[in-house]
Amino acid sequence: MTDELVSTRAIPEWAVKERPRRRRWRTFLRNRTAVAGMVVALLVVMTALFAPWIAPYDPLAQNVFYRLTPPERTHLMGTDSYGRDVFSRLIWGARISLAVGILSVAFGMIAGSLLGLLAAYRGKTLGALIMRAVDVLMSFPDEILGIMILAVLGAGLDRLIIAIGIVMTPRFARLSYGPALAVKEKEYVEAARAIGSSDWKILLRHILPNVAGEIVVMGSLWTATAIRVEANLNFLGLGVPPPIPTWGNMVQSGIDQLTYAPWLSLFPGLAIMITILAFNMLGDGLRDIIDPRLQE
Amino acid sequence: MARYIVRRILLAIPTLLTVLTLVFLLLRVAPGDPAVVILGQYASEETLQAFRERMGLNRPLWIQYLSFLSDLLRGNLGESLISGVPVAEQVRAALPYTLELTASGIFLGALFGVPLGVLTAVRRNSFVDYLGRTFSLAGLSVPAFFLGILLMYLLSIKLNLFPTLGAGSPGNLMDRLFHLTLPGLALGLVMTAYVTRMTRSAMLNVLREDYIRTARAKGLREQVVLYRHALRSALIPIISIIGIYSIVLLGSSVMVEIVFSRPGLGKIMLTAMKQRDYAVLQSVMVIYAAFAVLLNLLTDLLYGLVDPRIRYD
Repeated sequence: MTDELVSTRAIPEWAVKERPRRRRWRTFLRNRTAVAGMVVALLVVMTALFAPWIAPYDPLAQNVFYRLTPPERTHLMGTDSYGRDVFSRLIWGARISLAVGILSVAFGMIAGSLLGLLAAYRGKTLGALIMRAVDVLMSFPDEILGIMILAVLGAGLDRLIIAIGIVMTPRFARLSYGPALAVKEKEYVEAARAIGSSDWKILLRHILPNVAGEIVVMGSLWTATAIRVEANLNFLGLGVPPPIPTWGNMVQSGIDQLTYAPWLSLFPGLAIMITILAFNMLGDGLRDIIDPRLQE
Repeated sequence: MARYIVRRILLAIPTLLTVLTLVFLLLRVAPGDPAVVILGQYASEETLQAFRERMGLNRPLWIQYLSFLSDLLRGNLGESLISGVPVAEQVRAALPYTLELTASGIFLGALFGVPLGVLTAVRRNSFVDYLGRTFSLAGLSVPAFFLGILLMYLLSIKLNLFPTLGAGSPGNLMDRLFHLTLPGLALGLVMTAYVTRMTRSAMLNVLREDYIRTARAKGLREQVVLYRHALRSALIPIISIIGIYSIVLLGSSVMVEIVFSRPGLGKIMLTAMKQRDYAVLQSVMVIYAAFAVLLNLLTDLLYGLVDPRIRYD
């Protein structure tokens, strides 16, 4: 045996030096579906952010001379029965979908993870009670639970965000509960308690970081769900009131005109689909990094 | 098996009760006095008082709760605050439409999804697999109502193959099926996407097992290995995903009913919501909740049927 045989020259330098975070990023970049999802999701986010500069027309401006124009050069996606430019309304609608999708998931993430951690850490009665409520809420279809909460809160953008946030909460509670339960028994938590850390400090400093990765990954996947629920509720006319354009209410108002003006429903419907698809692809890719066993 | 069934049914009762309590409480915390909401701001104090008396709104909360439960047990769903029509009557008329829609969605999903999942798993990384996976990712991302609109646009407006609106004349089975096709497909294709994806990954897991290699080694035909040996144990996660997503489907049925103007529960709920008819809303919520609990129960029972180990837990 000479040193030649065990030389490290065969192993590329990055494999020795690379940190886990960079390795994960590399795994992510190799997943073409996930990267495509991320790019499209970013495009939608940009569209929403820069809506006032991108939209060629005022989304609310009516023009009686251009009612129900089919898609053409000046109106890329045609106009509706009030002569409003569908393309501009679509661009502004991205704001609602994303705002609701992202903020309601943030709401659910914070409320749900705290509830899940609390349930795991406090065990016994309180924990059982929380998880029981989670089970019950999860046995409801998302949209019907959303409708029920909106019946109580009333319509409006802020209420819609809260309603969908509440719908998302039980998922995050269940997601963080399991791992938190497992971590709770670890020695370092025991040690933290022994040196007199408060319960909340233990929860947030020692238990939360262990479940954070999974929570964030599922958060991106559940943003797709939240956007779906948002589209559904706005489609039913229960969310953001008109004339503010949302993709859901644009599809809804176009249904009756499907025979002669199909562009009214089809474009916003496609926008919903593409956005949800993008977040699904992104979330799937991120999940593969966290849990490579799921990669097929 | 009988013991397992009885235990599952008994376990569903507290869940149902919790759900009912939740529905009851939620609508009680709704802002605004229901009497004022229904009768308007300018109603006189006497009219308001009479209305509260008639609806039992001035009784203590727990008495209202008890009478809510006892009414439910007797199948009394109250009456509409606006039209005075008994809610049970409306629900009885609408329920079959929602049932047939959701059931056909679940059925079509299982019918297409399981074979498609097996196929994509067996031909892993082939063109078929790629196509199947793209299809299921798209299916997971399209809201059922938009799929319904796409189907309506292509198959009934452009090609004139199916009727656009309504649920058909009640007495005519063919007509009803005809009207059910597109909305059923809208839910069914979404379900197919979920089932395909789950079947594929469950099959891939099972196909790695030793007993599959044994089965092949002893010369069994591939069909027997796949369907008798592999699919059988892959069926447990598949049933669980069908159970979970049938609840999602129940939610989506609301929007699909609206798209196709079907006179189902979703339509009643939406009308009640817009008119702030809390009596109807509460009853419809109760029906949906019962429906969801029932679907969960059915999933559990199916588990026991497919996997004997579960029965003896």
